[in-house]
Amino acid sequence: MFDLLQKLFGRETSKSKDIAKERLRLVLVHDRVNVSPQFMEVLKEDMIKAISNYMEINEKDMEVTLTQTNTSQVALVANIPVNRMKRGALPAE
Amino acid sequence: MGEVIVITSGKGGVGKTTTTANLGTGFALMGKKVVLIDADIGLRNLDVVMGLENRIVYDLVDVTEGNCRLKQALIRDKRYETLYLLPAAQTRDKNAVSPDQMQKLCKDLAQDFDYVLIDCPAGIEQGFKNAIAGADRAVIVTTPEVSAVRDADRIIGLLEAEGKSNPKLIVNRIRPHMVKKGDMMDIDDIIEILAVDLLGIIPEDEYIVISTNRGEPAVVNPASAASTAYKNIVRRMMGENVPLMSMEAESGFFGRLKKIFGFKEG
Repeated sequence: MFDLLQKLFGRETSKSKDIAKERLRLVLVHDRVNVSPQFMEVLKEDMIKAISNYMEINEKDMEVTLTQTNTSQVALVANIPVNRMKRGALPAE
Repeated sequence: MGEVIVITSGKGGVGKTTTTANLGTGFALMGKKVVLIDADIGLRNLDVVMGLENRIVYDLVDVTEGNCRLKQALIRDKRYETLYLLPAAQTRDKNAVSPDQMQKLCKDLAQDFDYVLIDCPAGIEQGFKNAIAGADRAVIVTTPEVSAVRDADRIIGLLEAEGKSNPKLIVNRIRPHMVKKGDMMDIDDIIEILAVDLLGIIPEDEYIVISTNRGEPAVVNPASAASTAYKNIVRRMMGENVPLMSMEAESGFFGRLKKIFGFKEG
């Protein structure tokens, strides 16, 4: 009945099994590569250090996560907002 | 030389012991000589699920410590000629046996039996390592829940690390009406995530509770939906090619009607 009401009012919620699958997929990526949150934090800090030589980045909104590609490969995904390029760091042409 | 198969899951409460009891009884119904080992030392339960709790004299630890001969510790199930149980010790802990001892025990039993089924304790510690030590192959039991599938994945990894690759999966307690509504992961979802071969699926069946109350595995009751599923798995484990039973037919009015009139599913 509740389902029907939800449909009538156009509030189609996503199926809970899809949520389960997605959550499982993410948690398994981390389980399988066996990396700790500390490991990810250290990796992130090293990335910041390296990238900061070339550009000014927004460290607060930066995201570094492991995920899985369509071909079941583990991928490191980094979303790093750039505030400004450091001109001086570019190699001379 | 028989085959040694460990029934494992990682997570507790997904139905390892029930599965071991039913598959074991299923093999016996097919005329195979089978022994069930309860490797859950300190928390033995396979004896009560089998209804053999009053017949225990010696246990697994008595055998490994040499307090009795192996044959003395085996309990023969009077209902099925070829079915035996080696119970776990209740007053000891998982460290009372070693993987080497388990390996030797399994080897000895495989001389006399067609199938040796090991009921593995939950967890990934010593008890798990002991239970898998002597196994030729592994059957993983899971349920369609995030926690159980996650633990199954971990177990698959640990088995592989121990050189026991290619485990087979049983998905237990599937509720077809919830799958239909999209509120429970289906078999394809789970297989896709775990990337293992499917051995079979067991529908949720209230009769399991009744059968455990009675100490009589559900597989012997043809009216139980789980019974057919267990029998199919037994036949697959014996190398037969048995198609998956349709879950659709198990639910709904027609499914019930069919069950009442005793039609059997493939």
